[in-house]
Amino acid sequence: MTSLPLLLCSLLYLGLLFSVAYWAEKRTRKGRRFIDNPYVYALSISVYCTAWTFYGSVGRASSDGIEYLTSFIGPTLGAPLWWSIQRKIIRICKTQRITSIADFISSRYGKSRMLGVMATLLCVLGAIPYISIQLKAITTSFAVLSGQPLTGASGAFLSNQALIISLALALFTILFGTRKLEATEQHEGLVTAIAFESIVKLVAFLSIGLFVTFSLFDGPADLFEQAAAIPSLVKLFTFSSSTSTTNWFWYSCLSMMAILFLPRQFQVAVVENVDEKHLNKAMWLFPLYLFLINLFVLPLTFAGKLLLSPAVDADNYVLSLPLQFGQNGLALLAYIGGFSAATSMIIVETIALSVMISNNVVMPILVNRPSWQTRFDPMTGGASRSSIVITIRRLAIVSLLLLAYIYYHYVANHYSLVSVGVISFVAVAQFTPAMIGGLFWKRGSQQGAKVGLLMGALVWLYTLIMPSLVSVGLLPTSIVSDGPFGLAFLKPYEFLGLTGLDPISHALFWSLFFNTGGYLWGAFNRPQSLIEQNQALLFVDVFRLARSGEQSVTWNGQALATDLRSLLATFFGEEPTRRALDRYIQRNQLSVGSDYADPRLVTYAEKWLAGAIGTASARIMVASVTNEEPLSVDEVIHILKASQELMTVNKKLTRKSAELQQMTQQLSLANERLKQTDQQKDDFVSTVTHEIRTPLTSIRALSEILHDQTDMDEQVRQEFLSRVIRETERLSRLINQVLDMERYDSGRYSLNLERIAMADLISESVENVAQLARDKGVWLEVCPTLAPLSVNGDRDRLMQVLINLLSNAIKFAPADTGHVRICLQAHEHWAELSVTDNGVGIEPDVQQLIFEKFYQASNQTVRKPKGSGLGLAISKKIIDLHNGNISVLSAPGQGAQFICSLPAYYT
Amino acid sequence: MKVLIVDDEPNILLSLEYLMKKEGYRVFIARDGAEAFDIIRQELPDLLLLDVMMPRVDGYEVCQFVKQSPEYQHCKVIFLSAKSKEADIQKGLDLGADLYLPKPFSTRELVAKAHELMQN
Repeated sequence: MTSLPLLLCSLLYLGLLFSVAYWAEKRTRKGRRFIDNPYVYALSISVYCTAWTFYGSVGRASSDGIEYLTSFIGPTLGAPLWWSIQRKIIRICKTQRITSIADFISSRYGKSRMLGVMATLLCVLGAIPYISIQLKAITTSFAVLSGQPLTGASGAFLSNQALIISLALALFTILFGTRKLEATEQHEGLVTAIAFESIVKLVAFLSIGLFVTFSLFDGPADLFEQAAAIPSLVKLFTFSSSTSTTNWFWYSCLSMMAILFLPRQFQVAVVENVDEKHLNKAMWLFPLYLFLINLFVLPLTFAGKLLLSPAVDADNYVLSLPLQFGQNGLALLAYIGGFSAATSMIIVETIALSVMISNNVVMPILVNRPSWQTRFDPMTGGASRSSIVITIRRLAIVSLLLLAYIYYHYVANHYSLVSVGVISFVAVAQFTPAMIGGLFWKRGSQQGAKVGLLMGALVWLYTLIMPSLVSVGLLPTSIVSDGPFGLAFLKPYEFLGLTGLDPISHALFWSLFFNTGGYLWGAFNRPQSLIEQNQALLFVDVFRLARSGEQSVTWNGQALATDLRSLLATFFGEEPTRRALDRYIQRNQLSVGSDYADPRLVTYAEKWLAGAIGTASARIMVASVTNEEPLSVDEVIHILKASQELMTVNKKLTRKSAELQQMTQQLSLANERLKQTDQQKDDFVSTVTHEIRTPLTSIRALSEILHDQTDMDEQVRQEFLSRVIRETERLSRLINQVLDMERYDSGRYSLNLERIAMADLISESVENVAQLARDKGVWLEVCPTLAPLSVNGDRDRLMQVLINLLSNAIKFAPADTGHVRICLQAHEHWAELSVTDNGVGIEPDVQQLIFEKFYQASNQTVRKPKGSGLGLAISKKIIDLHNGNISVLSAPGQGAQFICSLPAYYT
Repeated sequence: MKVLIVDDEPNILLSLEYLMKKEGYRVFIARDGAEAFDIIRQELPDLLLLDVMMPRVDGYEVCQFVKQSPEYQHCKVIFLSAKSKEADIQKGLDLGADLYLPKPFSTRELVAKAHELMQN
């Protein structure tokens, strides 16, 4: 096969990948999320299986036997732990909006920028060799298939396929991962493409395995029988005393850590996760995938050993076997499988790293520049800023691939796929103390994480990277064989005299030893700062916090009290804000002397705000007035997205606060009315007692005299006694009326409704007061024509009103010349009853007051006959109860006319 | 001794008139403050039994008038009133009244106090 069609095939495959991604994104925009599915999730996690797995497993099996399985046993054994570790990481990342492992470590340990940079550097250092072996795998497989000699190491730096492929992949990754900026860093298309690639590499590998096992041999039994005949092969698939159990242990641990903390695994398993529940299925689907892809490793190894010439590199068996037996189609499939394994790793890894580089290294520097400090200006700056971020990421991707290419060109060419891959694993394993400690141990501190990471990284560099530089001739070999400066205890492969472990286990042991030691030392050495304690709490207790909804963040930054107030006021209104804050300040005895708000007040403000707009937004809003630290780009973008939502919330709040204000007004009005009623009640009581005292005084005086004066004239005696009786009657009448009044006032009185002919009522009431009028010499006249009207009313009560009006009129009419007239007229649907007298009349300014209780008692200016002062008030109540109306027409000296209107109908 | 009884309540007028006559006073009655002024000017009474709440001119005004005019210096004033709050009593005494009896009062006490005032 020549190289041109092969190149075209590779490009076509990339095109296919891109279509898959494009299709998935289009589906997502239509609301049918393809990646919301545990199978796609598990397949995307299978990005774990790179070219190292595809080609390298066979390579490793042919040299180390079944030890190759450790890379898969580790993750399989570790998968059940995902439920406690991975799920917690996912939850934390979702709540804290974390987008990479560097971000995670930085955020967990007090949002330390330094830690973010360190973690990013370690990731980059660990990833470059790893990416470079993918390039190597692609280039090698390309060369094998096209039958060209390998030019990698010997050819000129700029003239080989590896470079072309690196650049093509850079372009492809840029198209995939950095077309637009997402606050969540989720890439639907990318994940779908990765899942697709996982299927391709599995199908390719299984096809080769089936071909070799069943076509070149008569099934597995035949294959193993043949292999068993050769002693050197027997050694490969049996455990013997020479197999190091220690190595098995360390390798399994290593891969167990790598699956959790490799940047690309973190990206697909945590950042791209859309539902925690997908973990349930992934926990057994992913090990199943690992099992399937490893099923034919040993058969292929044996077949290669048995059928191919010893000159063929075992890393290439997968390709060479079909090629050797003329199966060009299968060989191409194998190439595509390996290509997909390599590209998926490169794409995800570089995207994950580019996010780290932009968010944890470059942006913190940019954001500190004054032009980035205008935080509340996302409208003008947002677009250009996001384009800056994208540019940074694109540059990062290109640089990473170029670095990987350089590493490949000068170093990786000399190593097998597996050994370079494992070096990367050890780098990533350095995150274990900081991550596991950060997840489960609140004491874990920033200093500990820094010291641990630094020491682990240094040991890693010293025990693994330095020797690799030695072997390519960059450093003298004496360093490895004798130790630097001839100090034997510093030999990189036998550090501090530790022997008996292979270089990887050795490096892993020492790096983790110093890393964990440094982490613990830091945790116990210095107390945590406030923000560290906070973040520790938020991370370690993420499940508990989410349940109780108390995301208590203590702010250690400073916020101007006025800024805080005006922020809250925009949501809750000036007055309620002032009241709530003042109350909080008073209750907690916070000092208000400084211009800056007390941190507790800031926390309180955030919590208060969180009740209205949610915790995350509240944090951002409070952060905007707190100079704790500058907003990250992702937060700026989040604000952009949330501002729409916020505006709606704000509108609702404004409406609510207006309603509240109205309610307050109504309440104070009601309160005023209540106070008035209370005052009236007081007045009423004092008037009643006064009114009771008057007859009581008379009774006491009269009866005391009757009692003391034994020689009283019989006639005077009788007069006195009859006055006592009259006053007693007055007293009981008064008490009855007060009780009546009370009943009407409290609304406990219900009318006894019946149909009443008004004319009957009038004649009856006139009869009732006729004697009174005769005694005083008042002419009581009933109008000759009374309208034939009936009302629906309470007879006794209406009679009471009429008698009251008539007797009042008689009382105020002058003796002997008095004239009282009662009339009834129809006025639309109203019966208009009038009682007119020719008495003293009523001053205009008191005409309304006479219907008030006890008006007469405390305000009389003219002499007139006395009543209880309740008569008219009771009359008015009764008429009101009948839905009627009572009023008076009068002028001083010209008599008075009381008019009483009631709803009526013709008889 | 002349006593003027001022009240708008007929029963009080009747009973006190009977009582004071029995005690040997020359009794005059007025049904409000205005009537009282006339009688005071004409008769120069030695004792005023004064209600507070009356139409037209109230008892306080009558008391003030009597106590401020030198020619009525000798006239003693006893308020008889249903207004029994501390402030009302204090107001009456501040205007120069010699005694303030809240209603309902004891006729025996009234007679005793009146005698007392007349002897001084």
